[in-house]
Amino acid sequence: MSDAPPAGRKTGRRGGVSAFFASKRRLRLGLLLAPPMTWLVVVYLGSIVAMFVSAFWTVDSFTENVVHQFSTVNFHTVFTEPLYRKIALRTLGIALAVTAIDVLVAFPLAFYMSVVASRRLRNLLVVAVLTPLWASYLVKAFAWRTLFAPDGPIGWVTGGHGPDYGKATLVVTLAYMWLPYMVIPIYAGFERMPKSLFEASADLGAGAVRTVRAIVLPLVFPAIAAGSIFTFSLTLGDYIAVGIVGGKTQLIANVISEDVVLNQPLAATVALIPLVAIVLYLVAMRRTGALENV
Amino acid sequence: MFLTARARMAIRILAFIGLAFLYLPLGIVVMNAFNTSQTFEFPPPGFTTKWWNIAADDQGARDGLIASLKAGLGATAIALVLGTMAAFAVQRYKFFGRSTISFLVVLPIALPGIVTGIALKNAFTEVLAIDFSIWTIIIGHATFCVVIVFNNVQARLRRTGSSLEQASADLGATGWQTFRYVTFPQLRGALLAGALLAFGLSFDEIVVTNFTAPADVQTLPLWIFGNLFRPNQAPIVNVVAAVLIVVAVVPVWIAQKLTDDAAGSRF
Amino acid sequence: MRTKRSRRMPTALVAASLLAVGVLAACSSSGGSSGTQGRNVPDVPMATSVGKGEGELNLIVWAGYAEKQWVKPFEDKTGCQVNVKIGNTSDEMVSLMKTGQYDGVSASGDATLRLIYGGDVAPVNTDLVPNYATVSDFLKDGNWNSVNGQMYGIPHGWGANLLMWNPAKVKGNLDSWSAVFDKSSDYAGKVTAYDSPIYIADAALYLMKTQPDLGIKDPYSLTEKQLDAAVGLLKDQNKNVSEYWALYTKEVQAFNQGTSVVGTTWQVIANVINGGSKATVKTVLPKEGATGWSDTWMISSQAKHPNCMYKWMDWIITPKANAQVAEYFGEAPAQTKACDQTVDKKFCDTYSALDADFASRIHYWTTPQTQCVDGSGDNCTDYAEWTQKWQEVKG
Repeated sequence: MSDAPPAGRKTGRRGGVSAFFASKRRLRLGLLLAPPMTWLVVVYLGSIVAMFVSAFWTVDSFTENVVHQFSTVNFHTVFTEPLYRKIALRTLGIALAVTAIDVLVAFPLAFYMSVVASRRLRNLLVVAVLTPLWASYLVKAFAWRTLFAPDGPIGWVTGGHGPDYGKATLVVTLAYMWLPYMVIPIYAGFERMPKSLFEASADLGAGAVRTVRAIVLPLVFPAIAAGSIFTFSLTLGDYIAVGIVGGKTQLIANVISEDVVLNQPLAATVALIPLVAIVLYLVAMRRTGALENV
Repeated sequence: MFLTARARMAIRILAFIGLAFLYLPLGIVVMNAFNTSQTFEFPPPGFTTKWWNIAADDQGARDGLIASLKAGLGATAIALVLGTMAAFAVQRYKFFGRSTISFLVVLPIALPGIVTGIALKNAFTEVLAIDFSIWTIIIGHATFCVVIVFNNVQARLRRTGSSLEQASADLGATGWQTFRYVTFPQLRGALLAGALLAFGLSFDEIVVTNFTAPADVQTLPLWIFGNLFRPNQAPIVNVVAAVLIVVAVVPVWIAQKLTDDAAGSRF
Repeated sequence: MRTKRSRRMPTALVAASLLAVGVLAACSSSGGSSGTQGRNVPDVPMATSVGKGEGELNLIVWAGYAEKQWVKPFEDKTGCQVNVKIGNTSDEMVSLMKTGQYDGVSASGDATLRLIYGGDVAPVNTDLVPNYATVSDFLKDGNWNSVNGQMYGIPHGWGANLLMWNPAKVKGNLDSWSAVFDKSSDYAGKVTAYDSPIYIADAALYLMKTQPDLGIKDPYSLTEKQLDAAVGLLKDQNKNVSEYWALYTKEVQAFNQGTSVVGTTWQVIANVINGGSKATVKTVLPKEGATGWSDTWMISSQAKHPNCMYKWMDWIITPKANAQVAEYFGEAPAQTKACDQTVDKKFCDTYSALDADFASRIHYWTTPQTQCVDGSGDNCTDYAEWTQKWQEVKG
């Protein structure tokens, strides 16, 4: 559909600037796109590319100054040393566990909010789910540290036999942190679902479980996929919560954050691992329509 | 309804467990803001409000708050402009590469913060050779805030369609008049909701900020990070966090009302 | 009318911009010299006079080195507002100094030479620092803070890494590092260690005394075989570790809540824990000896406030300030006259502050290089390898 005014209508009289732009669609589009694209492409993507160009450099092993000479030694290190594979797989495993827990907890909650709760309660619940996102990430992680401390509430309940700081406490904490990011897309997904489908399904004789399995899940799946993008991406990039509740666990982002101190080229190379993983995941999820649900 | 009473009860219980899970640690935070024990003993040996008095005087917390406000406002302003422009381009025009743009806009928030942080730090110090300042923080924040505004505005534009704008043009309004009297009022809610969410994201951001902050500027999360484990400061940090939680309800509520207002009814 | 021209612009624009920026970034040279393997010291100009203060000073310090008690009088006297950035490890400090946005750093021996040869610090004109004259002689012109007779910093203080334990949870009076190595399984899940590759030297020191057939003569000069032995010891220790600490407050918190009960520490951490009401700890310098630090204040080659930095370097070694920081942190002051100013009159005796012989027995943090730092050859492992191995230790 064209935005140009119908032929014969005079537009030059009032608002010269508007008239100028009225007939120059491409110019308008270009001007609209230029600032955001300059920012995203030049500033953002440009710095990402610059960072990965630096992956082909090395550092002087004594002064730690960057040596601007092309070399693939970093790639060789990352792809042959078993350490990186081990940590990457561990991080992936934790991301999967976190995503699974979040889906299990978010699904009934979102279902309740959208399908069962009254309209007023629904708004309250959305606010209730979003508010924890405004509590400081650091403080929430530290609250879990307190919860899992030997003299904290969980220790008190279990008589001092709560889990030590490690992978288990980390999974629980991360699942907690990202839960709202999973609830909201699934809730939005439920909202988009025509509720008449439920009645139709009931009319056709299906019970609740059958309806959920055959009707609800397929329709809500893109939303679940959208939520999983967050949980995956956030877990793959997390290195702070690990240091607070993870004990001596190392995740891939810890390796990056340690390496970046003195060997940024190596850090850039290691950073390729979560980067490629997430881009692949995004591309895969695109086909499920998840990106519309973000 | 197709759900039996038993199914409804089961859902209710599961939902309640989910909500309890969400608020348990927040309860701990609030409890420890009043805990007489500096090391957060459980059960608390007593309750006191003295941490609140100390927190009110804490210079570091106040400076952190101001720095975070500055960074948040700057980033949100930039994100509003850029995100709206991009949303308009994608929604109101057809051109090759539209979906690439959507993908591109999502990237800053999809990629791990540490990648963005390192890349920007490298760009500032090596490529551009500029010093860190409140502006480098703002640039970092704005980059991932754009997508929030973009999504909100795009969703609203998609919902409202361009028929009203065309009617306005047919009636003789110039482009600017159409924008001012027709488009913008429809967008207001989405802009505000996007702005609030973007501000919230920037306010709590620690990773990218860690890599782009100068020596003399500490946003609130940086201040919290430095004081989290200190025995004397930890209760004060909890006080600050408790205040943030309570204060946050207001903008979250507003944002929710705004996005809900124009929502299509359930059919 | 719909325009039929396809809009290839955005995608092509993206590709072109990426290429352009990438090439540009690749070609841009980063500041600073390219650091040859430690033979030529970069030519950095040295100050010839100290003028008026610039009103601001940005420092990178070890936790506890720049506390209000002695910073505030400095600010009042010189007008230099001090901004403090705490570095948790020497690596962090080197990295921060390279950004060029700080005026000075309290560098340990494993950072000093890297900074000097990397061109990140300037030589110090000791004539401009009056209090330098009365600094302990054994700290002057050391091989960690000077090159070819030129001093690159002002000594601050020195001390040893200690073994700390919680007597309520750990029985007996510990006196050996075996508590965190061979016998660490006694405290399974509650051992802690310093989170830096330099900690490998602690394991090497232990092996030096307990496995002499490995032939380790200096904990920072390790051959491949010796390094592997040390790493093996640390991997065994890792099984019993609760958390590693780089943030000193994290160790304080861990001991307070009981998730760590034994591990390596700095005296200041023990002081903070004992100053609180939750836990009490004891420290000891074990019989095998200890690694430690000898810190030097260095001025950045890109310092924006060099006058304030010189004023600070003189201030921190005035007898009163040096005594304050030494007592707060729990280390031996570099300033000999500080011993008259300490609150605890026996402080300098306790820390053997004036005992050159004692000072020489601590194995101060030094950057390992392929050219063995003890001069025994050039088949040693360097810090890059140590960094790699340290990540392997943590798993």
